[in-house]
Amino acid sequence: MAIMTRIGLIRLVVIAALIGALELACRTGLIDHRIIIAPSEMASALWTLLASGSLDADIARTLGLIGLVTALSIVLGFAAGIAIHALPRLREALDPFFATYYAVPVFIFYPVLIAIFGLSLMPIVLIGVATAIVAMIIATLNGLDRVPRVLDKVARVHRLGRIATALQLQLPAAAPYLFTGIKLAVSYGFIAVIAAEFILSPAGLGRDIADAYADFNNRRMYALILFLLIVATLINAVLHGLDMRFAARRSGGRA
Amino acid sequence: MNAAPVPREVHAELKGVTRIYPAVPGAGAKLPVHALGPIDLDLVRGEFFAVVGPSGCGKSTFLEVLAGLQKPTAGSVSFEGKPVGGHVPEGIGVVFQEDASFPWLTVWHNVAFGLRRNGVAAAEVRRRVEDAIAFMGLKDFAGAYPSQLSGGMRQRVCIARTLVLQPRLILLDEPFGALDAQTRLLMGDEVLRLWRRTGATVLLITHALDEAAMLADRIGAMSARPGRFIEIIATGWPRDRDSTIVGEAAFGEITGRLWERLRSESLKALGHSGVSAMAAE
Repeated sequence: MAIMTRIGLIRLVVIAALIGALELACRTGLIDHRIIIAPSEMASALWTLLASGSLDADIARTLGLIGLVTALSIVLGFAAGIAIHALPRLREALDPFFATYYAVPVFIFYPVLIAIFGLSLMPIVLIGVATAIVAMIIATLNGLDRVPRVLDKVARVHRLGRIATALQLQLPAAAPYLFTGIKLAVSYGFIAVIAAEFILSPAGLGRDIADAYADFNNRRMYALILFLLIVATLINAVLHGLDMRFAARRSGGRA
Repeated sequence: MNAAPVPREVHAELKGVTRIYPAVPGAGAKLPVHALGPIDLDLVRGEFFAVVGPSGCGKSTFLEVLAGLQKPTAGSVSFEGKPVGGHVPEGIGVVFQEDASFPWLTVWHNVAFGLRRNGVAAAEVRRRVEDAIAFMGLKDFAGAYPSQLSGGMRQRVCIARTLVLQPRLILLDEPFGALDAQTRLLMGDEVLRLWRRTGATVLLITHALDEAAMLADRIGAMSARPGRFIEIIATGWPRDRDSTIVGEAAFGEITGRLWERLRSESLKALGHSGVSAMAAE
């Protein structure tokens, strides 16, 4: 515990030092304010934006989309993972695609989706799910591979059906691996939604950043970037905390 | 060694049971594997029956066929007069050799799993779980996770999870195989205590002759693959026995007789594994 606290402190000191160095470099003119503004100015601009309420609709839209993309990727990825795991030949056929999936820039299909569905939410949701779902499928397959075979027999002794076996035994038994998939799905979903909005979208935080960039409005642009950084860090911190808690429970507090 | 007087009501019956695993060329099994049988056996209600035999002789296949986890290739299995065919009937509980505890649940919730699944009322779940946990000596660990327990205690959790469902036929597939000798003796005492209290029929699969000799009313000695019963020995132990009988002369006689029957079968089993030179000695 003492070691963790020390590591946490070192981590905080490193972050604070970097922010301090950036602040100093900006304030002394070492970095041109037309390129980067001081972190304190970013925070102040963000506070003003949030207090004005002008961001509320975009925040709700972007975070809602991220939530939707992540939820769809997790649920569909888990279901697809279970189905593929149950069909070894299909899995054998798909394995090369999974292995090379992230070597292909899925984002190149975003313009195609816009051409098909227009400037609506659909292309963003589809590109987000396409980016995140495979991480969840791979994590589900890895997790199911590691479910002890004896649990299948236990399920049959308890006369559990397929769905009950999947939800009550396979899901929790594979949970550590699924959680890795969930963390990746959240990250990929976040990146995909912001990037899609940034490239072409009528609204959203990504669109806001793109507009601020085009308008040379550094205060607004960096305030929005800071906001997304804070949200992403908070989400990852919560997921990491949950992961550690579950791991500690499974390992008898030795994690 | 006279057989102990046991009630003669047939609880489970196997008639001409054979299990042949089909060839799976892609998975490396180019020829069908005749694993078991033909086997005929009547399990008498309330008796403790042990099955011993060399490694790979089909003991676990026998248990899984009896439990309904596998369908026999030929022959029939019945439990309480009803056919068992590819599904586990209500009233049969199985404890496996592998650790089958659920690491994500506490001991209490592990034991309660089947009851909740069956929709038993909360008060009844609480009563039966606490009773089973106390019976298995896990009262102080009800809130612990399996990872915080020893291998023997985890196996007790699995036994409690089976016991709490009040099965009438309990199948134990080498449940103490991974435990040290002393713990196995003590766990044997607990199984005997459980058997006496529940009045259930118990079938134990084991590779340990002393374990079978100490626990069972009858012991089926199984041949090398394909597994068949080459002799069924009645031990004649009183119902209220415990592990202290290992010091009795009759205990040595039973284990000696078992070994006499199984030695050549074990050598055959080794020959199956390619150690034919040893078998020839």
